[in-house]
Amino acid sequence: MSAQPQPRRNWLVRGIAQIGEGGLFFLAILAALPKSLRHLREICRQVWFVGAMSLVIVMTCGLFTGMVLALQLYYTLSIFGGTAALGTVVALALFRELGPVLTAILVAGRAGTAVTAEIGLMRATDQIDAMEMMAVDPIAYIVVPRYLAGVIAMPLLMCLFNALGLFGGHLVGVNWLGVDNGTFWGNMTATVDLWKDILDGVWKSAAFGAVVMLIAVFNGYTTSPTSEGVAYSTTRTVVFSAIVVLAVDFVMTAFLT
Amino acid sequence: MSSATHAAGTNDAPLVQVRDLHAGIGGKIVFDGLSLDVPRGSITAIMGPSGTGKTTLLRHLTGQLRAGSGSVRVDGEDVARLSRNALFALRERIGFLFQNSALLTDFNVFENVAFPLRQHARLPEVLIRNIVLTKLQAVGLRGAARLMPSELSGGMARRVALARAIVFDPMLILYDEPFVGLDPIALNQVLRLIRTLNRTLGITSILVAHELAAVRRVADRVYLIANGKLVAQGAPDRLAQEDSPWTRQFFGGEADGPVPFHYPAPDYAGDLGFAPGADA
Repeated sequence: MSAQPQPRRNWLVRGIAQIGEGGLFFLAILAALPKSLRHLREICRQVWFVGAMSLVIVMTCGLFTGMVLALQLYYTLSIFGGTAALGTVVALALFRELGPVLTAILVAGRAGTAVTAEIGLMRATDQIDAMEMMAVDPIAYIVVPRYLAGVIAMPLLMCLFNALGLFGGHLVGVNWLGVDNGTFWGNMTATVDLWKDILDGVWKSAAFGAVVMLIAVFNGYTTSPTSEGVAYSTTRTVVFSAIVVLAVDFVMTAFLT
Repeated sequence: MSSATHAAGTNDAPLVQVRDLHAGIGGKIVFDGLSLDVPRGSITAIMGPSGTGKTTLLRHLTGQLRAGSGSVRVDGEDVARLSRNALFALRERIGFLFQNSALLTDFNVFENVAFPLRQHARLPEVLIRNIVLTKLQAVGLRGAARLMPSELSGGMARRVALARAIVFDPMLILYDEPFVGLDPIALNQVLRLIRTLNRTLGITSILVAHELAAVRRVADRVYLIANGKLVAQGAPDRLAQEDSPWTRQFFGGEADGPVPFHYPAPDYAGDLGFAPGADA
C-alpha cells in the first residue's frame, strides 16, 4: 500500500475506494498486531506521546467545558425550579456524550495530526522504504504502536477530561451560583450509574480512539511524498476525524441506550 | 555470515541476473526487455539519462517493485516469486544506500546503525555496541555516535547510512546516487569506502550514478541504460571511448542526440498560433 499516484476518477468512486483501502489497511494492522507486541518499548513511547503530550489541552478544555455546562444548565434548570439536579445533568452530559466526543476531537487535533505528519514525513524521506529494505515491517514497527497508543490513551484522557469537567461544574455551580454542595454530589452519585453511564462513555471513547488513530495512521502512511502531500493529509486527518467521530457517536448512542 | 562466502571466485554464477525485464509505472514503459548480469565481487555502475529507471531497477532487485514479465534473480532466487518472509530474509543479506540516506530521525547515529541488529538478532548489548562501533569506525564516525541525524552534514549522513547498510555484512550493496551533493573531500571518502568494502569484504556493489569521473575511479564495469534497454556495456574507460551514438552523447555530454533535447511536443508553429503551411 505505497503512495502510488492515483488515476483521476469520479469523487464518489474515489471516496468508496478510499474507504475500501482504509478497511484493508485496518486488516493489515490487525495482522501485524502480534508481531508488533515485540516492540513494547515503542508502544510505551507512543502512549506517552499521544497521552501525556495531550494532557494539558484535554484537561484545560475539560475544565472549561464543565464550567460552561454548569452555567448553561443552571440557567435552564432554574426555569423549572430544578437546580438541585445540576450535578446529575452535568455529570450525565459529560460522561455519556461530551467527554468522549470532545476528547476524541481534541486528540485528533493534537496527536492525530502529529502522527499523520510524522508518518507522512517518514514516507517523504524514505524512512519507511528504508525499514522495508532492512526487512522490518513498517506496519508492525511504525503504524501499530501509534494505533494502539491512541486506543489506550483515549479512554484515559477522557476520564481526566470528565474529572476536570466535574471540578469545573462544581466550581461554577456550588462555589459561584450557590447550589448546595451536598445536593450537587448526592443527586449525582444517586443517579449516575457506573456500568450504564460511565462505562458506556469508556466504550465510546475506546471506539473513537480506534477510528481517530486509524484515520491518522492511514492518512500518514498513504501520504504522497511531497510537502503539499503532508499538509493535505494532516488537514484530512482533522476533518475526517471530526466527521467520523460524530457519525460513530450517533450510531453507538443509538445502540447503547 | 562470513565474508569469505561472498568473495569473488567462490561461485561463478552471477550474483544478480536480470533477464528480459519488462515493467512500467503508471502506464509508462520503463523497461522494455532489459537483460544484464552482475558478477560476484564486482563493482558495477548503472548509468543512463535521468528518468530511464535506474533507481527503479534497484527497486526491482530488492522486490520493492515486481516485474510485468521477465525475471530478476539475486543469488539464484527469483525475487518476484518470493513470499514476503523469504523476501525479508533475502533483504537481510542486501544493504541499500538511499540517495537521501533515509536515517531514522527519532534515533541517534548509534541507534540507527544498531537498528537492524536489534530487530533481527538477539544479541547481548555489549556485542551490539562492539559491532556498531566497529562499523562506525570503518566509516570514520565512531566519534559521532551520539549525534542526531539532524546534526550531520550530507556526507556524514551518507557514511552513517553506509555503516547501517553493512552492519549485517551483506553479500550485496546497492548504492542509489551515492555521489550526489557531496563536496570533493566527502566524495573521495565515499569512493574509498565503496572500494574498501568491496576489496576487503568481497561485497558485490551496484551503484547508480551520473558522475563519470567518480565511476571511472571505482567501477569495474558500466551498464548504460536508455529507453528501457541496455545500450552499451563494458569497462568504464573503454566505454567512454566507444563510438556509438549513445555513448558519444552520454559521455560527451552532448545536448542533442539519441536522447532528444526537446520533450515530445506538438508542432511548434501550430502551438504559436500560426496555421501549418501558411506564410508567416
